Amino acid sequence: MQWDIVIGLEIHVQLATKTKIFSGSSTAFGAEPNTQANAIDLAMPGTLPVPNEQAFRYAVMFGLATNAEIGRRSMFERKNYFYPDLPKGYQTTQLAQPIVGPGHVDIDLADGSTKRVRIHHAHLEEDAGKSLHEDYHGMTGIDLNRAGTPLIEVVTEPDMSTAEEAVVFAKKLHSLVTSLGICDGDMSQGSMRFDVNISLKPKGSDTLGTRTETKNLNSFRFMEQAIAHEVERQMDILEDGGTITQETRLYNGDRDESRSMRSKEEANDYRYFPCPDLLPVDIDDAFIEDARARLPELPDARKARFKEQYGLNDYDAGVLSGDARLAAFFEETLAHGKDAKLAANWIQGEFSARLNAEEKSVAESPISGAQLGALVTRIADNTVSSAGAKKVFEALWSGDNDNVDAIIDANGLKQVSDTGALEAMVEEVLAGMPDQVTQYQNEEDPKKRKKMLGGFMGPLMKASKGQGNPKLFNEILVRKLGG
Amino acid sequence: MHNKSVAELSRELESGKISSVELAQQFLDRLKLEDGKYNSFITISEEQAMVEAKAADDMRAAGKATAWTGIPFAHKDIFCTNGVRTTCGSKMLENFVPPYDATVTEKFKQAGAVCLGKTNMDEFAMGSSTESSYFGATTNPWGASSAVNRVPGGSSGGSAAAVAARLVPAATGTDTGGSIRQPAALCGITGLKPTYGRVSRYGMIAFASSLDQGGAMTRTAEDAALMLNVMAGFDPKDSTCIDREVPDYTATLNEPLKGLKIGLPKEYFSEQLSPAMEQQVRSAVREYEKLGATVKEVSLPNAKLAIAAYYVIAPAEASANLSRFDGVRYGYRCEDPKDLMDMYTRTRAEGFGNEVKRRILVGSYALSAGYFDAYYLKAQKVRRLIQQDFITAFKEVDVLMSPVSPSPAFVQGEKNTDPVSMYLEDVFTIAINLAGIPAMSVPAGFVDGLPVGLQIIGDYFSEARLLNAAHQFQQVTDWHQREPQ
Repeated sequence: MQWDIVIGLEIHVQLATKTKIFSGSSTAFGAEPNTQANAIDLAMPGTLPVPNEQAFRYAVMFGLATNAEIGRRSMFERKNYFYPDLPKGYQTTQLAQPIVGPGHVDIDLADGSTKRVRIHHAHLEEDAGKSLHEDYHGMTGIDLNRAGTPLIEVVTEPDMSTAEEAVVFAKKLHSLVTSLGICDGDMSQGSMRFDVNISLKPKGSDTLGTRTETKNLNSFRFMEQAIAHEVERQMDILEDGGTITQETRLYNGDRDESRSMRSKEEANDYRYFPCPDLLPVDIDDAFIEDARARLPELPDARKARFKEQYGLNDYDAGVLSGDARLAAFFEETLAHGKDAKLAANWIQGEFSARLNAEEKSVAESPISGAQLGALVTRIADNTVSSAGAKKVFEALWSGDNDNVDAIIDANGLKQVSDTGALEAMVEEVLAGMPDQVTQYQNEEDPKKRKKMLGGFMGPLMKASKGQGNPKLFNEILVRKLGG
Repeated sequence: MHNKSVAELSRELESGKISSVELAQQFLDRLKLEDGKYNSFITISEEQAMVEAKAADDMRAAGKATAWTGIPFAHKDIFCTNGVRTTCGSKMLENFVPPYDATVTEKFKQAGAVCLGKTNMDEFAMGSSTESSYFGATTNPWGASSAVNRVPGGSSGGSAAAVAARLVPAATGTDTGGSIRQPAALCGITGLKPTYGRVSRYGMIAFASSLDQGGAMTRTAEDAALMLNVMAGFDPKDSTCIDREVPDYTATLNEPLKGLKIGLPKEYFSEQLSPAMEQQVRSAVREYEKLGATVKEVSLPNAKLAIAAYYVIAPAEASANLSRFDGVRYGYRCEDPKDLMDMYTRTRAEGFGNEVKRRILVGSYALSAGYFDAYYLKAQKVRRLIQQDFITAFKEVDVLMSPVSPSPAFVQGEKNTDPVSMYLEDVFTIAINLAGIPAMSVPAGFVDGLPVGLQIIGDYFSEARLLNAAHQFQQVTDWHQREPQ
C-alpha cells in the first residue's frame, strides 16, 4: 500500500535572556551544578515567581517574525507532575492563552518549490533542571542551573510530509531564532530541542492515523534519522495488519533505535489550572511596536538582498543568509574583499569544511571575516594562486601569522605575473620538449589538445618554483604553440 | 509590662524607663514560664531575640528608632525567618531553617522589632482549631479548666493564644478563610485581615495563593494599625502585591463615626448563629448607633455558596503549592527509599498530617480531567458572584458587620473528627477571602465566659476605615481589655 506521512513538530527554544523567566538567576550554560539556582529556582517554601519582561519581548518578536497573532492577554498555568528536576512539582507554562497565536513559516524545498508550514501557537514556559544518572553510584544527581530558563514551545500544524521537509523547516526555524537573536541556537547544549509527531495514512485518505511522539531530538541529523526510523517502524506494523499505539517514544541516535517511553494510558493527568501567583499579562500596542522596531533583517529578506546586492545564485544566497552569524561573516569578508562569488566559494568551501572538521561554530572561528576578505582580494588580483591561497588560509587558521600579505611574503607565495619572465620560461620548457610540441600541433581534437596543454604546466610550475601565474602560463602556451 | 499594648510599650522605650534588652528578657522569661499551659509557640528564638534587642537599643541610641524599635512580638510559624526554623506546623518542615526572610519578616527587622519566636498553627494553615499542628494543639487561655481545654481557633491559634495570654503584645497571622479573624474572636483579641495584595506574600508559605493574606493580631485596634503600618506595601518580589500608597493607619483612628453607614447582611444572622451569640453582636452594633452610625439590613445572596466554592478553590491551589514538599531538596525525607516512587509516596505519607492529605486529595480531584469544569471552573464563577455581592453592598453602606464564628471556643477534640463541622467554623469569614476585601475581628462580649467577636468588613483598601471603626468601639467598650484567668 502507498502511505502519506504526516509530520508535526514541537520545538523547545531556549530564550537568550540573561536571567531566568521567574527569578534573577543567570541562565549561562556550563556553570558548576546548582550554582545558578536561587531560592526561587529551588522552590523554597514561600518563594514567588516574578516574570521577566525580556522573555515576553522575545516571544513577541518570534510571533511577529512568523506572521502570527500576538496574544493580547497572556496567562500562565501550572502543569502538575512530579519529577526530581522539577522543583515546584509543577511547570509554569501556558495553555489556554499563549503569547503567540496562529502563524506560519514558508520553507524552500530542494525541487525549487515553496511550502507553507502553519504554526498552531507558541507559548512561554520554564525549563526543568537536569537529572544526572551517571557518576553517582546508582543515585541520581540533580542540577537545577537550567531550571527556570525561559523557553518558547513552538507547536506546528501537521503540515510536513517528508523527513526532508521537517528538517528544512527545523533549519529555517533555527535560522529565524538565531537571526532574531532570541536564541543562541546551540543545539549541542540543548538550546533547541525537537519533538516529532508522526502518523501514517493510506495515500489520499482524509483521516489521520494514530500518531506517536518522538521526544528530545537535538540535532538535525538525528531528527532526520528518527523520522525515517519511525516511518519505517509504523509502516511495518501497518502493512502487517497491526495498529499503532499512541505513545511517546525515545530515539537513540547512536544506535538508530527507539523505544516506548509511555503510552497514552500511562500519560499524566497534568491537572492544568491558572497559576494564582502570576497575574494575567496584557500586551499592549506600544509593547508590540517596540518589539517590531527591534526586529533585525530576517533570513528571507537577507536571501533576497544577497541575490540582488551581490549577484549570488539562489543556492549560495540561501546557505549564506540562513545562519545569522555566517551571514555576518560573509558580509564582513566582503567589506575587505570585493569578489562576492569568490568569497561565497571560500566560505562554503574551505572555511565551512574546517569548522565542521573541528566542530567549531562561526563564532569560534580563528579567522576573521576581515582576514578572509584580505585573502580574497589577493586571489582576485592574482597575487596568489589558489594553491598558494590555501597555504595562506592554513597559516591564518593556525594563528602563526594574522596578516595575509605578510604570510604571502614570508612564504614566497607571490605569483610571478611578469609576462616577460614567464615567456622566457615557456620558451625554455618548450625547447626541452620538442616531441610533445609536435604531438600537440598535430592533434586536431580540441578536447585532447586542451588535455595535452596540461602536460606542459607541470614543468612550467616547477621551473617557476610554483610561483608562476597559471592563468598567464596558459595564455602564453596557447599563443606560442599556435591555436 | 506584659499587660501593655504596643503603643504603650513604645512610649516606655521612648522615655528610656526600660531598654529593649530588659524588655525582651522580661517577656522571654515570662514566655518560658507560662507557655507550657498553652503550647502557643513552636520555637522560642531567645538568642536571636537578644541580638535583635541589642540592635534595637543601638538603633534608638543612634536616633533611628521607629514605633516598633524594641517591641517584643512573634511571627506565625508560616513566615520564613532567616536562620530560625520555620515549620508551618508540619513534620515536613520540622527541621527547615530558611536562608532568607519573608518580606514581612524583613520589614519588622528594619523597624527594629524583636521577634521572640514562632507561634503554633494548624499544619500548613489548614484548620480552624490549631489541633492539626504536628507540634501539638494550642490551648485557648479562655475557658480552660481541669476538666476541659478549649481550642483557640485556627489556623493562627498560636498567635491568638499568645496575645490573649499576654505572652506577646502582638503577633503576625495569616488568613486564607478566616485564620486570623476566627482565632482572634475565640481568644478575645483584635485581628485584621487586609485586602488581598496589601501585604506581600513573599516568604509566607503558601496554602492557597489567591486567598492567603498576612495580617495583624493584637489586643487593640491601635496596635493593629501600627502593625499594618509596618506590613503593608508593594513588594516587587510578589507579582500579586498591589502598588498603592500606604497611609499612616494610626492617623485616622480618632475620626468620629457620625454618619457611618453600617450594613447587616441578613444571611449572616441565620439559624447557624446561636441566639446568645447574636445578642452580643447586635448589642455591639447598638454601640455604633450610639456613636452616630446608621444601620440597615443588606443581602449577600450568594454567601451561602462560599464554603462550597472555597473548599474547591483552596484545596486545588494547595494541591499544587504543596507538591514542592517531595523530599528532594529540603524538609523531611523518608528513611531508606528503595526508589523514586517510594521516596515520593513515603515522604509525603509520613511528612503530612491527615487534614493536609485530605485537602491535597480534594484539590487534585477537583482539577482532574473530566471534573475541572464541574468543580474548579464552577467555583471560580461562584467566586465572582460573591465578589459582586460585596461590591453591590458597598454601594449602599460603608462597612458590613456580622458575627465572626457561629459559636464561641469549642472543646478540644470536639470537631476534629468531623471535617465538615470544622469547615463550618468559617461560614462567616470565608466569603471575605473569596472577594479579597479586608475585615477585622473585634472583641464584643462574652457568652458563657467565652469571648465573642464582631466582624467588621470593608471595601477594597478600606483598612483605615475599619481600624477607625474598631478603635472608636474600643474607646467606649472594654471587652478587648479583659484578661483570661
